[in-house]
Amino acid sequence: MNFPILSTLIFLPLVSSFFIFLSKENRSNNSAIYISLFSSLATFILSLFIWYSLDTRSADFQFIEDKSWINDFIKFKLGVDGISILFIVLTAFITPICIISCINSVKIRVKEFLIAILVLETFMIGVFCSLDLVVFYLFFEAGLIPMFLIIGVWGGPRRVYSAFKFFLFTLLGSVLMLVAIIAIYWITGTTDVTEIYKIQIPKEYQNLLWLAFFSSFAVKMPMWPVHTWLPDAHVEAPTAGSVILAAILLKMAGYGFLRFSLPMFPIASEYFTPLIFTLSIIAIIYTSLVALMQEDMKKLIAYSSVAHMGYVTLGIFTFTKQGIEGSIFQMLSHGIISAALFLCVGVVYDRLHSRMISTYGGLVNYLPKYSFLFIVFALAGLGLPGTSGFLGEFLVLAGTFQKSYLISMLATFGVILGAAYMLWLTKRVIFGNTNNAEIKNLKDINNLEFLMLATLALLIIFFGFYPAPLIDTLNISVDNLIGNYELAIQKNEIN
Amino acid sequence: MINNLSVLLPEIFLTLSIFSILMIGVFIKDSFNLIFNLTSLILILTIAIIFNSPNNLEKIFLDSFMRDSFSNFFKILILISSLFVLNASKHFIIDNKLAKFEYPIIILLSILGMFFMVSSNDIILFYLGLELQSLSLYILAAIDRDNLRSSESGIKYFVLSALSSGLLLYGCSLLYGFTGSTNFDLIAEELTKENTGAIFAMVFILVGLAFKVSAVPFHMWTPDVYEGAPTSITSYFAVVPKVAGLAVLIKFMFIPFSNILAEWQTIIIFISIASMILGAIAAIGQKNIKRLLAYSSIGHIGYALAGVATGVISGYQSAIVYITIYVIMNIGAFSCLYLLKKDGEYKENISDLSGISKKQPILAFSFLIILFSLAGIPPLGGFFAKFYIFTSVLEQKMYTLAIIGLLTTVISAFYYLKIIKTIYFDDSLITYDTTKNKIAQLSILISCSILLTFFLYPSILNNLVDRLFIYQ
Repeated sequence: MNFPILSTLIFLPLVSSFFIFLSKENRSNNSAIYISLFSSLATFILSLFIWYSLDTRSADFQFIEDKSWINDFIKFKLGVDGISILFIVLTAFITPICIISCINSVKIRVKEFLIAILVLETFMIGVFCSLDLVVFYLFFEAGLIPMFLIIGVWGGPRRVYSAFKFFLFTLLGSVLMLVAIIAIYWITGTTDVTEIYKIQIPKEYQNLLWLAFFSSFAVKMPMWPVHTWLPDAHVEAPTAGSVILAAILLKMAGYGFLRFSLPMFPIASEYFTPLIFTLSIIAIIYTSLVALMQEDMKKLIAYSSVAHMGYVTLGIFTFTKQGIEGSIFQMLSHGIISAALFLCVGVVYDRLHSRMISTYGGLVNYLPKYSFLFIVFALAGLGLPGTSGFLGEFLVLAGTFQKSYLISMLATFGVILGAAYMLWLTKRVIFGNTNNAEIKNLKDINNLEFLMLATLALLIIFFGFYPAPLIDTLNISVDNLIGNYELAIQKNEIN
Repeated sequence: MINNLSVLLPEIFLTLSIFSILMIGVFIKDSFNLIFNLTSLILILTIAIIFNSPNNLEKIFLDSFMRDSFSNFFKILILISSLFVLNASKHFIIDNKLAKFEYPIIILLSILGMFFMVSSNDIILFYLGLELQSLSLYILAAIDRDNLRSSESGIKYFVLSALSSGLLLYGCSLLYGFTGSTNFDLIAEELTKENTGAIFAMVFILVGLAFKVSAVPFHMWTPDVYEGAPTSITSYFAVVPKVAGLAVLIKFMFIPFSNILAEWQTIIIFISIASMILGAIAAIGQKNIKRLLAYSSIGHIGYALAGVATGVISGYQSAIVYITIYVIMNIGAFSCLYLLKKDGEYKENISDLSGISKKQPILAFSFLIILFSLAGIPPLGGFFAKFYIFTSVLEQKMYTLAIIGLLTTVISAFYYLKIIKTIYFDDSLITYDTTKNKIAQLSILISCSILLTFFLYPSILNNLVDRLFIYQ
């Protein structure tokens, strides 16, 4: 295909953010919201079109764009396969929801906020499209700038601390990846991912390079013990910021493991599997326990995200089809569920300006529509069968069982703990006695909020019962990933 | 002979123009505006002359003066940056009663000195150029002579710089003594590992040059001079002499010292690491923007020196790309300072920036771009500058240097973020005067658009710089 459809997809939000920049700011800020909504919906439709026209029977990268860039070996190369397209669609789907959510929650500097969101969308889609390590790094790091501003300008009382912590943690993790990328360039002579897949990176380099990539992805994922920036960032970020952070930014790391660590350094990936398993199990059990003790709703969901991401890393490093497909499915479903939960917190936060669990109680009596949706999301979050949350965890555990009984048993504990904190949260917020008189005066969610949350709930239930559209898309790409991995391991054993 | 002179045409033109405008200044009263405009014209004409001069290598006057693409590139960079620095600061100069007609003339004289520095192929000519430049800079640092801090910074700069010039001259004489020549090419032939005395000379010369580019441990003057001198002078100090200093440093490494690479490499690596670390850590506690930019410039010189430390042409090229982007960023950063005027007084504390994003969103956004670019965050120009440096450093398998360099970028990101925090997250305190300084706004616009769009065509500077080392 000659038309640069992926570049269009990437730069459409950026161009429209420029129009928002030019648009006149008036009291209602309508034009800015319309432009951003329109452009993000256009991006979403375009991403659906790409998904539709993607040939899922082929594991090759498609819609490839290859432009000369820094030099003949570092090119501006874009392309999608069955794995990346799903993340692109997720990104393009979450962004309009964020924009709708900010109509109610963002009161100051709306124009700048929309610009930041759209610029961030450009960078996020760019991460999932890039087939060149330098291009990937460029987009991966560039996302820090708008996110830093979103947390810092529109965030809560401790926003400065959180924004700095977020920025510096991620930057520190990533600079080592930059060293590794340049080192790969000098080892293989290219940074084109598809070329590097064909060339086996020498065994002696693999471990160090893997660790350098790991340092970046572990911070971004986030894995225990470098997860501490996430609860802070989530708590202080505005609703839309939390949604993007949980739904998409965290997925970049999981995607990075799949796209780079696994296929480029298969021997090192196998070598470090015990490390990943240990950290994942600690993340699942420890952070679930921490989540139990939280008094702040956003913090609780943030810790539950860390636990859920533990399943993702666990699944990826089982190197089994179920494990990897489960992690991708888990990432996508967590993208929707955590987004929905943060939106739910945002809805009540806009009304009462408190995120404390103790502020609420007995919401079911006064906000029935809201409570119903909240319960759906909470149940999806704990992995109830029939929701998409169940399938991801189930597949990951099924994959893990093939590798180790002990690990999968420990991971299953996490499911129980997950049910504990989610149900307890629901009990304290939705049910129980109403101690706070202000709750009685609360209005139930308006149509826009209902539409937004109901869409997410429908998707969660739809993919819970019928995951085939997602699984079919990934199938061949995951097969190919595992096939190449096993080939590389066999070759290594023969040598 | 006429042919020889055509090689020297930019220098001759510049010298004659300086003399003529000096005469105008002496005989016409209140001629600052006239001379200032003439100076801009002279700068533009000199750029035109250099653009039209051929780029082939030519050595004249017993091989003591050379013109090649390398010197032409640096001369144009020096001229363009001085043009922007000077014009953006015009309002500042007038507002602070610095509008003496000598001001632009001395700047032109220092540029003339730099021309000879980057074109020299002989240590005598090099030293003369360096001294012409340094003497002009001493005067510039103390130009606000009624101001205590400006005079103090002038004296401080003079004393320390004279010392370093002395060391440099001592190194030059040692070099002559041990190699028997003052010509760079002949020195290069004589200078080998066995020539211990000449290696001493190399160390002395490196000390002198490190002082001129304000690399650690010869950086002590930088923060005081940057803070004490008027902002218009500081912005000149931060940009133009750094370019010339780095050009000369690269030239010394490339021609006379090319056979003792292993000897100077260790020194440069040390200087580079020390500069990067000090630039990152010492800037954290600063409250004055100019002082902070002084430390940040020390850090940036550290990165450029990391490119030089590789000892290969691709490394030198990356250092040149780095310094070019550094110039673009610094012109933008200092131009922002010219717009922070309140009741006729220019603010220069970080706390004065508090909340300017609310009242001056475009200025704040430009500052944001420049600061993120200084921190080296993609997709801005500053990232590519660092990327090229570390690519060439890693090509030489200098992993420690690269990892230390990248870790210091994280530390230095902290203080850039602190300024951004002040601009964007804090409440606004000061309402600044509306400004008529169109040229400062224009240079901010140019600098920001280059930094923002650099990622579209990141090889543009490399393609230019690729041609600089074609001879030899």
